[in-house]
Amino acid sequence: MLAPSVPPPPVRPRHPPKIQVRDLRLSYGGQEAIRGISFDVDRNDVFAIIGPAQSGKSSLLKCLNRTIELVPGAKQSGTITIDGLNVDELPSVYNLRRRVGMVAPLPVGLPLSIFDNVAFAPRAAGFKDKHELAALVEQCLRQAALWDEVKDRLHTLGTKLSGGQQQRLTIARALSHEPEILCLDEFSIAIDPVTTMRIEDVLKELKQRMTIVLVTNLVQQARRLASRTMFLWNGEIVEEGPTDVLFSDEPQSRKTYDYVNGIFG
Amino acid sequence: MNLPPAPVAGTRPLSVSTGSPRGPRRSRAAVLGESVLEWVIRLCGISAILFVFGIFFFVLREGVGFLFGGLKLGEFFFSTEWYPTSLSNVRYGVLALIVGTFSVTGLAMLIAVPFGLGAAIFVSEFCSDRWREGLKILIELLAAIPSVVWGFIGISVMNPLIQEVFHVPVGLNVLNGALLLALMSVPIMVSIGEDALKAVPDSFREASLAMGATRWQTVRRVLLPAAKNGLLAAILLGVGRAVGETMAVLMATGHAVNIPKSPFDPVRTLTATIAAELGEASVGSPHYQVLFIIGILLFTITFAVNLVADLVVKGTAKG
Ligand SMILES: Nc1ncnc2c1ncn2[C@@H]1O[C@H](COP(=O)(O)OP(=O)(O)OP(=O)(O)O)[C@@H](O)[C@H]1O
Ligand SMILES: [Mg+2]
Repeated sequence: MLAPSVPPPPVRPRHPPKIQVRDLRLSYGGQEAIRGISFDVDRNDVFAIIGPAQSGKSSLLKCLNRTIELVPGAKQSGTITIDGLNVDELPSVYNLRRRVGMVAPLPVGLPLSIFDNVAFAPRAAGFKDKHELAALVEQCLRQAALWDEVKDRLHTLGTKLSGGQQQRLTIARALSHEPEILCLDEFSIAIDPVTTMRIEDVLKELKQRMTIVLVTNLVQQARRLASRTMFLWNGEIVEEGPTDVLFSDEPQSRKTYDYVNGIFG
Repeated sequence: MNLPPAPVAGTRPLSVSTGSPRGPRRSRAAVLGESVLEWVIRLCGISAILFVFGIFFFVLREGVGFLFGGLKLGEFFFSTEWYPTSLSNVRYGVLALIVGTFSVTGLAMLIAVPFGLGAAIFVSEFCSDRWREGLKILIELLAAIPSVVWGFIGISVMNPLIQEVFHVPVGLNVLNGALLLALMSVPIMVSIGEDALKAVPDSFREASLAMGATRWQTVRRVLLPAAKNGLLAAILLGVGRAVGETMAVLMATGHAVNIPKSPFDPVRTLTATIAAELGEASVGSPHYQVLFIIGILLFTITFAVNLVADLVVKGTAKG
């Protein structure tokens, strides 16, 4: 179903990309939010998306796991493929959503205990064995750098945690269904710099096992973590390429230079 | 810079009668009008409280004489013999009436709770917007049907229907009354239950669905725990409605003082007894007074149910 008319991305020798987005358009009740964008995300890589407010970053993530379908009035065209398969043609959208983990900008602690928050997705997927579940929960909390802080109160409400802890809880939760792709949407807006750095270290490690799409308002975070970066503006790609190039003194676009150096608008 | 204090919601506007020095001056009439309005509103609020207490004291006054002088409480609560007008063998046992009330209400809740909650979940979570609006209108309509009409339906529709379906000689019984009460309390449960579910933030639904949960899993594992208090309140308010209902159960339950052994036995409820007998009891007689004591009993039951519902709702607010 790939439209052959769309030209392939710039020539660079790569493995088949993990995610391919082709001519993606999205509108909310007639209002265009994404205006035809195409890009590739490499396997086991951190791909950063930067851009000012309202540029369509969160909307783009919603297209990746097809939660955009839940938004009334949203209309999408173009194709997204993961491992070469069109996500719209996958047999199970629930399976897709387990393969694409999502961390929202403001942590959403479900009104459940810490343990149940992390065990939520495995249970929904039919995971029953108590011991394995406990081990999985511990492993995810460790990966999210939260285990030591909560190991003695796993059965208290997740919503009682501090903002930063809740955000790490949502990361643990996203890891619990062992996603191949982890999308993080401005995960650090509710977290202090120290915790942010800890999570960044976690991400560097997770990259060995999964592909990470990182939407961030902190351009330096993109610089620290991502090998490729995309600069979205008003639903269009201003520039997409190696992070070094975007952050160099001469990126392809003057706009990019201004944005990453904070001289924008 | 010295800014005038920002107006705070809820403060009484009268205390600063002239407004801030920089703001527009308000005329005397406007100030006066506002103060009159405020007092009218306050009066309305106070009168509501006065009425409730007034009713309670009236009911208490009519019954209290017999309650402390003459009525045997043991007989009242534990005897099934209700012969209030007998000349030789007067008995005021309301056990059968209490059992009648609770059997009808209990069976009604057994039917209404699953239906009411199910409908609330459907309307709030699974319905398209257009359907939702239509269904809500229908449910409100259902709530507006007067109970005499329900009683009429009980006699003319349910009665033959129950006779035919269950092959029983009479269709005016516990089941009939319970079905009517269920139909009457479902609308309350649906609208309050739906409010409770709607109050759960959308971000919870999104988070759950984004982890690959189905809609039903989201309802069961996230929404029901999150809305638990509101849903409980919906149920309790439905119970309150069912306990206090008079006309429909009077007409549909057969009105026989009887401890039911099956849903097909006729019973009589506390409310129906008051409604049927108060007009005939001579004012001030023991029979008259005992009916008021039943009123106090009912008052206590509904008050307890409402109090529990209230506490539960407060629990929701605290989260
Ligand atoms: N549910 C929705 N309904 C209607 N319009 C929406 C919805 N979500 C987003 N939009 C619109 O789509 C556009 C892109 O929004 P989006 O949230 O994707 O931007 P963003 O880049 O994530 O911004 P931010 O940095 O503020 O999070 C905006 O104009 C926004 O108003
Ligand atoms: Mg966003």
